[in-house]
Amino acid sequence: MMLKLGVPSKGRLMDKTFDWFGSRGVTLRRAGSDREYAGAVDGIDGVELVLLSAGEIPRELAAGRIHLGVTGSDLVREKLVNWEHQVKELALLGFGRADLIIAVPDAWVDVDTLDDLDAAAAAFRKEHAMRLRIATKYHRLVRDFLRAEGVADYALVDSQGATEGTVKNQTAEAIADITSTGETLRANGLKILADGLIHASQATLFRGRRSDWTTDQRNTFKALSAKLDL
Amino acid sequence: MDTLAIAAEADRLRDLFVTHGAQVVDADILLPADTLLDLYGEDIRGRAYLTSDPMGGEVVLRPDFTVPVVQKHMESRAEPARYTYAGKVFRKQDNDPARAREYAQVGFEVFDGRDPAGADACVFAAIAKALDGLPVRAAMGDIGILTAAVTGLKTSDTRKAALMRHIWRPRKFKALLDRFGGRTPPPPSRVALLAKADPLAAATQVQGLRSLTEVQNRIDALRADAQTPPISAEELDLIDELLAMRETAPHVLSRFRDIAVDMPAISKAVLALSGRLAALESRGIDLDNLEFEGSYGRTSLEYYDGFVFGFYATEIAGLPPIATGGRYDALTARLGQGRAAPAVGGVVRPDLVLSLQGAG
Repeated sequence: MMLKLGVPSKGRLMDKTFDWFGSRGVTLRRAGSDREYAGAVDGIDGVELVLLSAGEIPRELAAGRIHLGVTGSDLVREKLVNWEHQVKELALLGFGRADLIIAVPDAWVDVDTLDDLDAAAAAFRKEHAMRLRIATKYHRLVRDFLRAEGVADYALVDSQGATEGTVKNQTAEAIADITSTGETLRANGLKILADGLIHASQATLFRGRRSDWTTDQRNTFKALSAKLDL
Repeated sequence: MDTLAIAAEADRLRDLFVTHGAQVVDADILLPADTLLDLYGEDIRGRAYLTSDPMGGEVVLRPDFTVPVVQKHMESRAEPARYTYAGKVFRKQDNDPARAREYAQVGFEVFDGRDPAGADACVFAAIAKALDGLPVRAAMGDIGILTAAVTGLKTSDTRKAALMRHIWRPRKFKALLDRFGGRTPPPPSRVALLAKADPLAAATQVQGLRSLTEVQNRIDALRADAQTPPISAEELDLIDELLAMRETAPHVLSRFRDIAVDMPAISKAVLALSGRLAALESRGIDLDNLEFEGSYGRTSLEYYDGFVFGFYATEIAGLPPIATGGRYDALTARLGQGRAAPAVGGVVRPDLVLSLQGAG
């Protein structure tokens, strides 16, 4: 039985993951044409490369359909309940860095902290008879964070893309989204709250915690760990 | 566990509450989510199963019976009234996957404004009787004493409102209290903002629903707050003392009476507690074995605003509470569109009763 390694199927995340493994003597590459999601592994026996969407890797790891996987630490935390019980972090890969943050309009000069956001939300609800809307696709992470920080009277609205535009379009008052440089936020007249960092994400190699691995898979994992210096 | 046995135990408990004059009621399993979202905000999504219905909008699998029973009662306007029900409730258990996500609850709810102490004691005693002989201990608290203390603080109404809003979030409550009391300094960004001659000068790119007037109003409120003297160390200490209270019921009264000397605002609430304890004693409850905790009932996502209580297994570790309950007058006011109906109630979990019987 092969040890299945899940890697994002396209873009910089795939290229950088290939580089990271390559520099440690494990060559990952796409097999066949560019359109085909089949992979090949050189430099170690018994490892099968599975190319799939970064967003599906957490679920596949938890289900045991892949044994190892590279994806953003934010996606694992958002998509897996009690993620530490389902997967284990093996290595932080040092790329794909992005911060999940809370941002509000620049014009809110009175709001710089979560405490300000909470007070503004209370007043907003009185004034507008609705809860202050925060647009995000990271519902679980944002909700858990705001609950722990004592922010109330907000509502999460789902936004799967172009989240920075929701405030201008009046479908939200604030956003919770990932950013690497903050440029898009600034261009859209938004600022990050001083204590609004929910999670500093980066590409991470995870292993699933399911225990139904075969002896072959365990031995392959040992060999791979040695090569990758895990 | 044997579901038929649980159903039989649920019937036994419900029949017991019927002997206390309760009328049997039922509630839908699939409820409209708007009421719960309005009451609890986003937190409810972490606690209950919400889903969307193409026709009916957002709906929720009943997380408890209290809200639908209150709604039913507010429509009927029949008072006084006593209700009992038995059925499953559904809760997400993200933080503790070992806990049941669907389980039976049997409830007893009393809507009666004539004798609040008597109604509190009636519910507590009925549940104590239902658990008679099992290895459980009871704990209680009183959110009403804390709200009375906050209302009586010698500070601005704005600060009191902020504290009241976070009564059920102990960490945030403490952080606010520390700031209002000058124990922690205001955040540097706020100091810098208020030092500006025209803070709004920087607000050029206005966007979204929150207007500049709202921003200005908040700055005005922050300025007013900066001028408000800190809450005194004496008052902060008294609140700390209330929250840290942990005594058996007979001792708690004298402690609270001592505090009330320096904080007269809680006198009425302490008097209510004393009436409740007397009513409990007259119903045969052993006060010496009843623990009172000053912070009891503050961490759950609940609506209790007065008497709160719970029964816990003493011999099996890690079990959820066997029974919980309390007074929820404010909830009835919110659901009754201005009309309130003083109410107190509690629920028992028949599955846990059975596991205690098995262990005993």
